[in-house]
Amino acid sequence: MSAAPRILDAGEAALVVEFGTRVDPAISDRVLALDDALLAERPEGIAETVPTYRSLMIHYDPLILDRDTLAGRVLALAGGASQRDTAPTRWILPCCYEAPHGEDLAAVATQIGRTPEQVAALHAGATFRVYMYGFAPGFAYCGGLPEALAVPRRPSPRPPHPTNAVMIGGGLAAVATVPMPTGWYVLGATPSRLYAPEREESFFVSPGDSIRFEPIDAATFARLAEREAAGERVARREEGVS
Amino acid sequence: MSVLAIEAAGPGVTLQDGGRKGYLRFGITAAGPMDPLMFATANRAVGNPLDATAIEVSTGGLTVTAPEGPLGLALVSGGFRATLDGEALPPACALTLEPGQTLTVRAGPTGAWGYLAVAGRLDVAPVLGATATHTRSGLGGLDGRGLRAGDRLGVSEARVGDGAPQRLLAPWLDRDPSRIRVVLGPQDDYFSGDQVAAFLAGPWTVSPRGDRMACFLEGTPLTHAKGHDIVSDGVAMGAIQVPGNGLPIILMADRQSTGGYPKIATVIGPDLGRLAQAQGGTRIAFANVSVAEAVAARRAEAEALRGEVPREPMLRTDFPAEFLLGLNLVGGVTDGRDGIAKVA
Repeated sequence: MSAAPRILDAGEAALVVEFGTRVDPAISDRVLALDDALLAERPEGIAETVPTYRSLMIHYDPLILDRDTLAGRVLALAGGASQRDTAPTRWILPCCYEAPHGEDLAAVATQIGRTPEQVAALHAGATFRVYMYGFAPGFAYCGGLPEALAVPRRPSPRPPHPTNAVMIGGGLAAVATVPMPTGWYVLGATPSRLYAPEREESFFVSPGDSIRFEPIDAATFARLAEREAAGERVARREEGVS
Repeated sequence: MSVLAIEAAGPGVTLQDGGRKGYLRFGITAAGPMDPLMFATANRAVGNPLDATAIEVSTGGLTVTAPEGPLGLALVSGGFRATLDGEALPPACALTLEPGQTLTVRAGPTGAWGYLAVAGRLDVAPVLGATATHTRSGLGGLDGRGLRAGDRLGVSEARVGDGAPQRLLAPWLDRDPSRIRVVLGPQDDYFSGDQVAAFLAGPWTVSPRGDRMACFLEGTPLTHAKGHDIVSDGVAMGAIQVPGNGLPIILMADRQSTGGYPKIATVIGPDLGRLAQAQGGTRIAFANVSVAEAVAARRAEAEALRGEVPREPMLRTDFPAEFLLGLNLVGGVTDGRDGIAKVA
């Protein structure tokens, strides 16, 4: 039996249910299990929930749902579920590490004393866990970065990264949808759009899902990007693996 | 169909509705009005749903016309200067804008945001369920951007008011910006007791560099007891984060959905608007309240918005001579679309 989470107030209309203070898959599982339970039960007065690495933020309407009633319900649900009932989806995202996409591949290679090809191979060999979204629309924070690639973030931001950049920094990985200046390193780009506001399913990767990157060359990137732009989803579900 | 034509708009004038809901988990900020109470009051005054799309007017100012037919409007602002064909209007008023007339709104001695609501429905296509504009991610409103000269907003089911402009009486908008109520946490335990006390007492000065994303405070820096880095977690509107330099930043409507600095306290919902309205240079302090007190304030606010917004006829004698004189004196500098276009 895991310890009860801490319940913190973020004003009078949001609670933070904190399961820990670290980036840890087991903590994330508890966050997502509570999120699943709340989404299934949908108590009246809950506006929305936001899973993060280590806590679940619950936005609620205090004129409909009393704080202590909500806190009590949360503790009951958190005590009952620490594992998710449903298996997370495993995604394969094509990723081009070649020029012009892998802008910072060489910089990372120099930092860790490897070749750019080795950096790409290490990244493509890993399975990442999507912990949460944040920072910008569809910006997916991922864990599971191989130790060898755990470079610190840049001391100062680099110019805006391209759309759908595949990045690393501070021991984490990310897929970044909207171009912005960043302290991360751009290893490549995916033609897959994790965020497409005009698409019926604007987001298809959920927190808790896993991602593997499949290396593609620049010509394939261009072809897949066209198909993606035409409305196709070029990311694939990984089948038959548990 | 009726049309509201934007003749001039300064930077930061956007379309907002009650905010985007349900997408925070995907990193999509709610956006929505900076002063939710004033926004809702404007919608209430024209008989719209409280979360209907309206124009949020920044200190950059706005000039509009109604070329295709009369429009019923409510303008609600703290202290903006509004004129109808050059005639001064109260900062909160209901009026009918006739074809050929020009309504101009400009920054005034107080307030940072005003709201212009149109009786009827502004025809703006929702994106991810809302029309609220979030310019940083190019989402909502008109192509995800602020309004500008030449924009024409269609109005469905337009309704017109009765006759001459009327002053709106919304005493619940007379709010003291110098005292902002907060609920401590979620990370007040990252600060020692004396630092929490120092945070509450201030005084803090609102920096002029604030925007829809954040309000920056200047004053004596706070120190952290447990460092200034936390593993990122969720961020509510009004969250007061304290980064490494010890100067609090209050995250507002266009904030990021998650953040990695300790949040010492959270501004209560009913006080978000009065904080948003504080111009640069305003001195503020915080008052620590319980969740129950904050909920009571929220209930009082909801109560105020339940009924009609009282109004009374506008009289020329409403305006002190100095005020009218002041308008004339500054008229040459800021009046008309040219002055506003320069900063757009």
